[in-house]
Amino acid sequence: MEWLYILMPIAGVKIFWPGLVILGVGVGIIGGFFGMGGAWMVTPGLNILGFPMAFAIGTDIAHMAGKSLIATMRHGKFGNVDYKLGVIMIVGTVGGFEVGAQMVMWLERLGSVDKVVRYIYLILLFLIAWMVFHDVNKRRMKEKAAKAAGQEVDALATGIEWHKTLHKIKIPPMVHLHVAGIYCSAWLPIGVSFLTGWLAGILGIGGGLIRMPALIYLLGCPTHVAVGTDLFEVMISGLYGAASFTFKGRTELVAAIVMLCGASIGAQVGTVATKYIKGYGIRIAFGLAVVGCAVSIAMKMIGSAYKNLYQAMDIASTVLILGLVFGMSAYIAVKMVQGAKAELAAKKAAN
Amino acid sequence: MKRITQLCTMVFLALTVPGLALAAGGGGAPIVLVADTRKLDGIMAWWANLYNESHLYFTILTIVMIPTIGILFGVLADIVMHFIGLDLKSRDLAEH
Repeated sequence: MEWLYILMPIAGVKIFWPGLVILGVGVGIIGGFFGMGGAWMVTPGLNILGFPMAFAIGTDIAHMAGKSLIATMRHGKFGNVDYKLGVIMIVGTVGGFEVGAQMVMWLERLGSVDKVVRYIYLILLFLIAWMVFHDVNKRRMKEKAAKAAGQEVDALATGIEWHKTLHKIKIPPMVHLHVAGIYCSAWLPIGVSFLTGWLAGILGIGGGLIRMPALIYLLGCPTHVAVGTDLFEVMISGLYGAASFTFKGRTELVAAIVMLCGASIGAQVGTVATKYIKGYGIRIAFGLAVVGCAVSIAMKMIGSAYKNLYQAMDIASTVLILGLVFGMSAYIAVKMVQGAKAELAAKKAAN
Repeated sequence: MKRITQLCTMVFLALTVPGLALAAGGGGAPIVLVADTRKLDGIMAWWANLYNESHLYFTILTIVMIPTIGILFGVLADIVMHFIGLDLKSRDLAEH
């Protein structure tokens, strides 16, 4: 079975390469579907496969850039990417990320970076999960009310409508974002991206996990456009991150390329699946993924707080993450195949 | 709802309070890694040597290779999906 292992020339460790491909496929599907890099899934996965943590992060970011590029290309063809919004948001994201990174340095000097980052992460994830399910619940109530009145709820109706209040801010310059169908002050996307970039900088993540719901709930992007535009941003930040980590000598390019082989297939599947799953279907699945992520971090916190539980919690959180990757990607892949089959059958019937 | 709030508060306190009592560690000096090329040959040896000689060249190689591979796979998938007959230019679903 020696042929199943490949020596990584930089990290100097032998890695089970089919594991890299499987991890790549899974996270490619999830990333293409939700519009995020998925560092919270890949980094522990790579660590389990045998990479030292710094290499796990660097390799993940390098493969993320390539995977996001493939997914952005596909979303662009569907008309899901608002490039104008993406470019405006880069301004805020870069500024916010820098401020966040400086805050991490400051917290490090204070000696409290680990705990602060973990608490912010946990609170943020629970907040996002609450927001998603509160939105789903409100939309269901609207559907029920419409049904009781003998009507059907509008397909474009949403549960939470915070963006409508934010769109009332009329500070010039005003921008018309055609793909997203938004007319608002340019300061709104800049402000939102600064906030999400700041949080991403503090947490040391790409930011897709925060930016995707922010695009939906604060800017009012349709779900599909939020996914596509977020991937456009992940692609750019991923390339920057890959350059930064590689320059610091912490990227295993061989592993990134092997992962990219799997992720490229996965990203296509995940992206095409957004064609067949409704906006609220994506939101619910995203909410579940966030809950899984929050629970896994909570488990790690329990492990570090109660030393006798450390090993059990570490194993449990790893199993949870990998189970989540497998379950979510299987669900998305099945939906994609079903949708593609239905589309081909409809085409055949029409001819 | 009240019970759920109480439960969430208890879980949050159980997670955060022990952490507050612990002092977190700070960072350290940057560590320079050197790839061991003794067991390598061919492209792997060249790869590792490039890493050892210049991180800058290695970085340039990485950020050229990653997008190139991405575009290559993207075009390949386009050809395959076009062959299957999937419409990749429009999305019928209209939901927010």
